[in-house]
Amino acid sequence: MPKFLLALLALCLVAAVHAADAPLTSAEPELEKKMLRISAELRCLVCQNQTIADSNAELAVDLRKQVLDMLRSGQSEQQIIDYMTARYGDFVLYRPPVKGATFLLWFGPIVLMVGGLATLVLVLRRRSRLGNEHFDADEAEDITTAARPAEPTR
Amino acid sequence: MKRWQFLAPLALFAVLLGFLAVGLNLNPREVPSPLIGKPAPAFELTRLDDPALKITHADLKGQVWILNVWASWCVACRQEHPLLVDFAKRSTVPLYGLNYKDKRNDGLAWLARFGNPYKASLFDIDGRVGIDFGVYGVPETFVIDKQGVIRFKQIGPVTPEVLRDQIEPLLKQLNA
Repeated sequence: MPKFLLALLALCLVAAVHAADAPLTSAEPELEKKMLRISAELRCLVCQNQTIADSNAELAVDLRKQVLDMLRSGQSEQQIIDYMTARYGDFVLYRPPVKGATFLLWFGPIVLMVGGLATLVLVLRRRSRLGNEHFDADEAEDITTAARPAEPTR
Repeated sequence: MKRWQFLAPLALFAVLLGFLAVGLNLNPREVPSPLIGKPAPAFELTRLDDPALKITHADLKGQVWILNVWASWCVACRQEHPLLVDFAKRSTVPLYGLNYKDKRNDGLAWLARFGNPYKASLFDIDGRVGIDFGVYGVPETFVIDKQGVIRFKQIGPVTPEVLRDQIEPLLKQLNA
């Protein structure tokens, strides 16, 4: 097991060393910062749970280069996002646009939460109207009762 | 009404189960391409076997053709390759290759070794044309119609079933 952990750690280190290679140039820090910000909004299609900014997949490296080139040629962030979605679809966006197909995605959680809260309020209100006979009596807060083993049922 | 209320959680659970079942059977690697039904991107690339000769998108217009994205470093390409070689032998539809981010010599050696089903392979060294085609997992295969519109895209290796049940009927329909 420790060997396995060590191997895992070594792998992480390798990844970290590679990650340090990610920046392309440092001659244009402003553009690069902008490029990284845009890339962080884009999903890498090769390793789908990473952004293009995070990933070292070849395609991600190429796409970062592409974003940088487009920024150099003076294109706006929106133009770059449009360029990517025209090729890879809304799937590349970590923040998909609100439309019919993504309605449930955007508002599903809110609907669930409101539904859950409404149910809770309804149940509580109904119970508050019920008479005492609907509930078990509180158990005596007596340390001796609590400590005593349960009586065998008759 | 009240008598059946206890079934509500079960019904809810069944709905959830339905959603999960559908979710499990989707393939997250198959991203629907926004390019289907859109004109194929413009390109101008040299031939793999001749750096002096260029092929552009305009050269291929007016016919139904297939573009297969491949590379010598791509293991899955080897899997589908015999199928393509066989297809090229019996079909009249031109099959073009897009040699994606490869080295010229490696690509040519690969074709010499495994057979060359392509009318020509376009040499896309930096993957720019690949990006324009929305390529993210080699191999990928596109069917492009006479107007230059992408009609079909296969992500990953073409299987005999996909070729027989989807690509060939589509080619017949487009060439009719």
